[in-house]
Amino acid sequence: MKFLVCISNVPDTTTKITFTPDNKEFNKAGVQFVINPWDEYALTRAIELKEAQGGGTVTVLNVGEADTEPNIRKALAIGADDAIRVNAAPKDAFFVAEQIANVAKDGGYDVILMGKESIDYNGFQVHGMVGELLGIPTVAPAMKLDLSGNTATLEREIEGGKEIVEVNTPFVASCQQPMCEPRIPNMRGIMTARTKPLKVVEPTGDAPRTEVTEFALPPKKQGVKLIPAENAGELIKLLRNEAKVI
Amino acid sequence: MSVLVVIECDKGEVKKSSLEVATYASQVAQQLGTTATAVAVGEATEDNLAKLGEQGISKVLYDAEPRLKDFVNGAYTKLIATAAEQEGAQVLVLANSNIGAAVGSRLSIRLKASLATNAVEMPRTEGGQFVVKRGAFSGKALADVALTTDRKIIAVKKNSIEAQHEAGKTAPVEKFSANLTDADFADAPKQVIMQDQAGGVLLPEADKVVSGGRGMKGAENWNLIEDLAKALGAATACSKPVSDVDWRPHHEHVGQTGITISPNLYIACGISGAIQHLAGVNSSKVIVVINKDPEAPFFKAADYGIVGDVFDVLPKLTQAVKELG
Repeated sequence: MKFLVCISNVPDTTTKITFTPDNKEFNKAGVQFVINPWDEYALTRAIELKEAQGGGTVTVLNVGEADTEPNIRKALAIGADDAIRVNAAPKDAFFVAEQIANVAKDGGYDVILMGKESIDYNGFQVHGMVGELLGIPTVAPAMKLDLSGNTATLEREIEGGKEIVEVNTPFVASCQQPMCEPRIPNMRGIMTARTKPLKVVEPTGDAPRTEVTEFALPPKKQGVKLIPAENAGELIKLLRNEAKVI
Repeated sequence: MSVLVVIECDKGEVKKSSLEVATYASQVAQQLGTTATAVAVGEATEDNLAKLGEQGISKVLYDAEPRLKDFVNGAYTKLIATAAEQEGAQVLVLANSNIGAAVGSRLSIRLKASLATNAVEMPRTEGGQFVVKRGAFSGKALADVALTTDRKIIAVKKNSIEAQHEAGKTAPVEKFSANLTDADFADAPKQVIMQDQAGGVLLPEADKVVSGGRGMKGAENWNLIEDLAKALGAATACSKPVSDVDWRPHHEHVGQTGITISPNLYIACGISGAIQHLAGVNSSKVIVVINKDPEAPFFKAADYGIVGDVFDVLPKLTQAVKELG
């Protein structure tokens, strides 16, 4: 079984978000970048399934410039076999999806996995676009994934519950918890990752379809109004009469 | 040229988020000088669909094929794409739900449309560009996004726009078929398992949420959260550490790597307010924080706060809600 796992390079979850002076771009200065936490579920589950089958390959794919390579190497240290980097800054979800689909088209991958969304752009779009571009099913967001031969059984989250879905390979799934416990690299993994192949390819495809014209921070809160604990019931009156939310 | 809106239905009822997007779509149609048509998916009744007239919808298309009761990505995508082509839809509007996002992304390729998810405001035209404001960086920022193709798809974040109700207005419901085949149902669910929701309120749809953190000290104390939620008609939620230790199920985890919510009221009980938790809830309209530690960072993001022991405070709040009647 050939797995393709798509990973994004995103700001660490504790990052304070700021922008360049023209508010057109995220300010990367001093920011630690990590593998998108949702993508870690996809990566670990692909490695677990490969190990369970006793064969196959896990290829990591990232659309990004050279500065994403430390996190690609981290994915290799966690257990992926090889990696491909499409040498371009991700412009929008459509641009990224096209790069993934173009790589996948000739790769003969059975299972394409990624996180349900990236924690920076929160598009929740790429998986569906890749599935449609390749003409294969998409299951999103998946909380569980098992394989038996060429048939996958997935649990898909729906509002208020979950669905059990069966699809045949090839397919795309976007992953979220509680799919697995994401792995961290061990020393042996870190050492072997240095010698694993990382291929760099140039982008292909069409122009992006969206453009961020301006970023902004949400409006600041006015400050907290404290209610004494012994008089807690007063809060409910304020929520009804002042805030008008109950 | 028109605006098409996707209406999700469940057990005959139109979902609250779909009433919101119906309102959004009819306002977009007004901006563009056209009308808004709806295409309904899921289990619906004609009476409830006709009531979408109250949100300004001029016509509802509905395919009563029984296999469309549950979400099937392949079939829903084809159905909606067919409706969009038939109506000559220039703008397609969906809820930013699991269904909306899954279908919207496939539709954007099939219809050659640009897509903005997580939209929080009405679109506007600026310098000849069609611009949509959306949430980004897990709620820690907002982005204005220009959609540059002729066709545009907008997935609207829940609770971002208030559903309008123009009492008594109805929309005609027309039978609609996309000539779906068995192949379109290849990814149909084998089984649907619904989870218990406190008071029957779904967390992603809820406009009031009561949430607990490690300060609740154990799963056995969750009745205090549930009692307040029930009295308010709210959904229950929890922080990541709570779901990690299995005090509560994962589907209640709100935060950066859990569910992102934007209710009108979010009450955080015994949650200190880590930046990852805030990222999932900070677009709530009103935030209430109850914590015995006056230095808890969550108070900085709160509108109202009580410095006190959740075990003393929660019963008082529940009692006060009951007294409101």
